[in-house]
Amino acid sequence: MLTELTIAAARDGLRRRDFSAVELVKAHVDAIDRLNGRLNAFITVTSEDALKAAERADELLGHGDAPDLAGIPLGIKDLFCTNGVRTTAASRMLENFIPPYESTVTANLLRDGAVFIGKTNLDEFAMGSANITSAFGNVENPWKREGDPQTALVPGGSSGGSAAAVAAGLAMGATGTDTGGSIRQPAAYCGIVGLKPTYGRCSRWGTIAFASSLDQAGPMARTVEDCAIMLQSMAGFDPKDSTSVDHPVDDYRAACSGSLKGMRVGIPREYRVDGMPAEIEASWKQGVEWLRDAGCEIVDVSLPHTKYGLATYYIVAPAECSSNLARYDGVRFGRRVEAPTLDEMYEKTRREGFGAEVRRRIMIGTYVLSAGYYDAYYLKAQKVRSLIRRDFTEAFEKVDVMLTPTAPSPAFAQGEKTDDPVQMYLNDVFTVPASMAGMPAMSLPAGLSERGLPLGLQLIGRPFDEKSLLAAGRALERAAAFTHRPAIRAEGV
Amino acid sequence: MSLDPATVRRIARLARIGIDESDLQSLQGEMNGILGWIEQLDEVNVDGVAPMVGTEHAILRMRDDIVTDGNIRDAVLSNATDTVGPYYTVPKVVE
Amino acid sequence: MSYLIEGKTGTWEIVVGLEVHAQVISKSKLFSGASATYGGEANTHVSLVDAGFPGMLPVINRECVAQAVRTGLGLKARINLQSRFDRKNYFYADLPTGYQISQFTHPIVGEGTVEIELSDGTVRHIGITRLHLEQDAGKSMHDQDPSRSFIDLNRAGVALMEIVSEPDIRSPEEAGAYLRKLRMILRYLGTCDGNMEEGSMRADVNVSVRKKDEPFRTRCEIKNVNSIRYVMHAIEAEAARQVEIWESGGSVDQETRLFDPSRNETRSLRSKEDAHDYRYFPDPDLLPLVIEEEWVRNLEKSLPELPDDKRDRFEKEYGIPHYDAGVLVAEQAIADYYETVAHGRDGRLAANWVTGDLFAALNRSGRDIQDSPISAEALGGMLDLVSDGTINGKIAKEVFEDMLETGDSAADIVERKGLKQVTDTGAIDKAVADIMARHADKVEEYRGGKDRLFGFFVGQVMKAMAGKANPALVNEALKKVL
Repeated sequence: MLTELTIAAARDGLRRRDFSAVELVKAHVDAIDRLNGRLNAFITVTSEDALKAAERADELLGHGDAPDLAGIPLGIKDLFCTNGVRTTAASRMLENFIPPYESTVTANLLRDGAVFIGKTNLDEFAMGSANITSAFGNVENPWKREGDPQTALVPGGSSGGSAAAVAAGLAMGATGTDTGGSIRQPAAYCGIVGLKPTYGRCSRWGTIAFASSLDQAGPMARTVEDCAIMLQSMAGFDPKDSTSVDHPVDDYRAACSGSLKGMRVGIPREYRVDGMPAEIEASWKQGVEWLRDAGCEIVDVSLPHTKYGLATYYIVAPAECSSNLARYDGVRFGRRVEAPTLDEMYEKTRREGFGAEVRRRIMIGTYVLSAGYYDAYYLKAQKVRSLIRRDFTEAFEKVDVMLTPTAPSPAFAQGEKTDDPVQMYLNDVFTVPASMAGMPAMSLPAGLSERGLPLGLQLIGRPFDEKSLLAAGRALERAAAFTHRPAIRAEGV
Repeated sequence: MSLDPATVRRIARLARIGIDESDLQSLQGEMNGILGWIEQLDEVNVDGVAPMVGTEHAILRMRDDIVTDGNIRDAVLSNATDTVGPYYTVPKVVE
Repeated sequence: MSYLIEGKTGTWEIVVGLEVHAQVISKSKLFSGASATYGGEANTHVSLVDAGFPGMLPVINRECVAQAVRTGLGLKARINLQSRFDRKNYFYADLPTGYQISQFTHPIVGEGTVEIELSDGTVRHIGITRLHLEQDAGKSMHDQDPSRSFIDLNRAGVALMEIVSEPDIRSPEEAGAYLRKLRMILRYLGTCDGNMEEGSMRADVNVSVRKKDEPFRTRCEIKNVNSIRYVMHAIEAEAARQVEIWESGGSVDQETRLFDPSRNETRSLRSKEDAHDYRYFPDPDLLPLVIEEEWVRNLEKSLPELPDDKRDRFEKEYGIPHYDAGVLVAEQAIADYYETVAHGRDGRLAANWVTGDLFAALNRSGRDIQDSPISAEALGGMLDLVSDGTINGKIAKEVFEDMLETGDSAADIVERKGLKQVTDTGAIDKAVADIMARHADKVEEYRGGKDRLFGFFVGQVMKAMAGKANPALVNEALKKVL
């Protein structure tokens, strides 16, 4: 079944001409036709363009000089600007926005022959942890609680559409962006692998900004190796992004088979939070054992300031977003609500164009930057952030990677945790610290919860040491042998 | 510290987000909840700590002074709701 | 020169600080590769970065940083090797991103100083607080349509230097002298063209008044004044307004005001309820700006000689008066012209010709020195003829006029018109004898003690010789005979 293949296997199959790129893409387009109505993983489907691209890929494959990702159907989070293809950020504000430019990350993927089958759903402007703030409707997690096929679960967020699409076999892989956990947490909820690279590893140029000092693009796929293959294409220095780092890109695929002999794995004690569900703790312990068995040395480490990560995040990210989203004013692009005066036009446009969560974060961000509060909130938060980074830097003198759970619970039901924004924010408690420190981190499925839902483990690495993440991740993947598939999927439904 | 309705209105005005009375009530409650939760940072001692900036793995790169962009007016205007000739428009600003 | 306002309650002093926005000379914009050239069809010098499209990011222009450093060096200011860009957040129609990238807490240039000289010869030093880089905004046009304003982003993102002075200025004259001097320095450095009409240099003027030895009182900021004369008028008008308020028992509100030149008054620009709260914070799209000491030193080495240094050197090297030297260095092109003329020649003679006949001629024809009809080399050639006695000073004026008209060289004109000075003593003696014979009566009078008739004889001899005689030889010959 073509929709169950890994990217690595599909690459080989395409080169052996076991199947054509058109067949491969068609299988995924068909799956979208059948399932997207329910999952709502895609905001825009570009099947015609995808099939044309697949034809071109077949030509190149026929000549034997096809680029690495030729013919591989990918979903693109609808936060990456795609030339001539509507890019919405899941906001009413950008409902009709057609960028006349291609983001660096997607341009890299196109350069390597990838086929884009559509733009995936997300929380509006990537602000959310459950994909319930999209102006284009909720995304449904393809997984179901055991014995409860009716309840729709959230896919996590903000890259919920990407995660659901990849889990259900609507795309072989997808791009995500991660600001505080937006790749890793939905990957965990949907039982796939998601990698947030080091800040500065993938260019931010052409990706709609949420919080500039945190946003980082990364791959989401069903295996560690597939993430490595995608990252190989997405990563790289970009002179158009002043925060892009000119650091050599490693051979990520080769890194997947790297040795774990002597690798020191840190277990940060502060992640053992009060009230952690037993199944999360058990999965974490299991992960530790697997790495020990693979030859790693397990080291207890301390990250004393990580417990402030979330509160820090909810100052820094809204502050940056309040400024980044000021450009949506109805003048040059996006929605415009006419009004007799300029200020009324702004206020109406932004009231109607933004959803409640985005408005709330802009308000918080505006407040924490306002006169008299900057020092107490924003400046303080950036100092705490320095302490968080220092914690990681010091811990990484003793260990090579760290292992933690990805999220404090498995996927929850749509409608849960929605009364209080703070309760929703707590889903990111384990993912936010690495974001605040700019460290690379990856989530991969490690097992199932008591009710049959995937649980993710998170690996955190040193800056620009994605290689160690991939090596340790591949070992965990092999040990976990996670072959479970969601209830809703392209194959066999 | 808790935000009063007047402050919420002032912030909304600064952010150019229109709010009506029902928005005001819920926003005030939610913002106070979030800000109250954030107050946990009060217990962190940051004396002598420098605030974090971007990435420590690079310094600001400077580009050469060459004209490499522009002359793309169609693209620049392509997504605007209201244009007149080569211009964007806004409701008349009286100065 | 002290400038004081005599009020009903006593004497008031004015306190002025200036914030000058100077557009940086560069090919492309501060953070985008679009052209920074003035003009162009609407919205053509605009990139998607300038228009603030989603996902667009700023990358800084090295030349703009260099220009700021050069200017800082020219203002004898501290160069900060580490500086930072902040966002200044506010909504306006011609501000595409909703924030201006500026430098708030860590400017690239720190304290410096500008020396000014007033009409009475007083020299004062005006402190520079800081200089920072920032983006210009676009342009709104309000008079094209009944219900809409039109937006052109050609200027959005062009680099500006904001140069902030200390509140050291005490009179409208000082403000004028400061602005002229600052503009002179910028033009010498080639960092800003200083063209106030096109808006490439504009000033925000902070004015307050106080009684002698008082601390500062509340100031008002007069925004965007676009000529030196208006700055001076605005200060006068605003100071008078403030004195009147204080003296009538009121108090001045700190606010932003506009100067209306047609009424010669300032008026309030925005009400306090709408006070701005710019929510500055470090721009997360940019990293701290770190420049190397060595780079700064190299820029310093390549700086041109600045006006004050040039003036001092001219005085010393060419032996010309302070005032003349000041006039000659007012513009780099004039100074260059003068130096070409004066090089290896009599510096005073050169200064007299440049500031006298040449300036007058340029004035008459409305030309700049750059397109002077007489090149510096040509004028020098003429002075050579004066110095070596080929022509005398009087003939030189005639030759100069001819040069203006024909563009010919002085030597050619002298040749063509036969203006070569006569030094043949025989010819002079003969002319002297003729004149003496023709004016025997006058000779008698002279010999009777009417000394001033000597000039008459000189004139007559020169006239007889068509002005070409060497005046010294004529004098000598006359003295001998008389």
